[in-house]
Amino acid sequence: MKKNDWIIITVVVVVASAFFGMHFLGSERGNGVVEVQVDGKVYGRYSLAKEREIEINDTNRLEIKNGTARIIWADCPDQVCVHHKEISRNGESIICLPNKVVISIVGDEDAALDAVVN
Amino acid sequence: MKNRVAYFGVFIALALIFSYVETLIPIYFGIPGIKLGLANLLTVIILYKRNAKEALLLSIARIVLAGFMFTNLFSIVYSLAGGILSLAVMVFLKKRGTFSVIGVSISGGVMHNMGQLFVAMLVVETYRVGYYFPALLIAGMLTGMLIGVAANEVLKRLKNITI
Repeated sequence: MKKNDWIIITVVVVVASAFFGMHFLGSERGNGVVEVQVDGKVYGRYSLAKEREIEINDTNRLEIKNGTARIIWADCPDQVCVHHKEISRNGESIICLPNKVVISIVGDEDAALDAVVN
Repeated sequence: MKNRVAYFGVFIALALIFSYVETLIPIYFGIPGIKLGLANLLTVIILYKRNAKEALLLSIARIVLAGFMFTNLFSIVYSLAGGILSLAVMVFLKKRGTFSVIGVSISGGVMHNMGQLFVAMLVVETYRVGYYFPALLIAGMLTGMLIGVAANEVLKRLKNITI
């Protein structure tokens, strides 16, 4: 490998670490609000505090349990979102590309804009 | 060489087999889109042994065919965006001549994931997809490195063979 190869590796690692660091430092467990977006529009906001299951347009099923959110069922063939680990930190998201569904944990500022469905 | 078409058919078949083998390995890293990209080994080798035009043609033919056979239409769009961006960067870096096969392949792997991430942002219409950015960077680098090391070994052994 040449010197320039190592430069590429270093740059990639530094940039990735910076983003990882920002993610973990800037996002303690927030007030626990899950926002569901379908096709770029807000579908609903739900508190993580209450255990429940939510049907999203009959294409995905969201489960909220123990302060975390995950997709337990999807009608698409690849099931990427179902295999995704559960999310609980601010900024974390699960994305179902075929159904254009985005599940994300939003911070206090974001959540204050709308009422939370409990 | 007049056997051009036959050679090309063999390469596409080989790339498709690589794509197929990969669909047989179900690995989930907790986030979507991470895979080895074995078929890109062919792209890198063709880029070095032949030229950018043939590598591009091979890449597109393989993505479209594999997309119809093993996955769905969505993956074709993502793979095409990733594949074309990745190849463009690899061609550019190879021309500059200051990077080895491994470095070129690493950039290709990283750019492959960046292209897909970009399309995902457009499709889902949210910046939240950016959450995957650092993980995809590292994944692209590691897979690119593996492919680069493999391509390097193959190229060493193909030195005296013109394809």
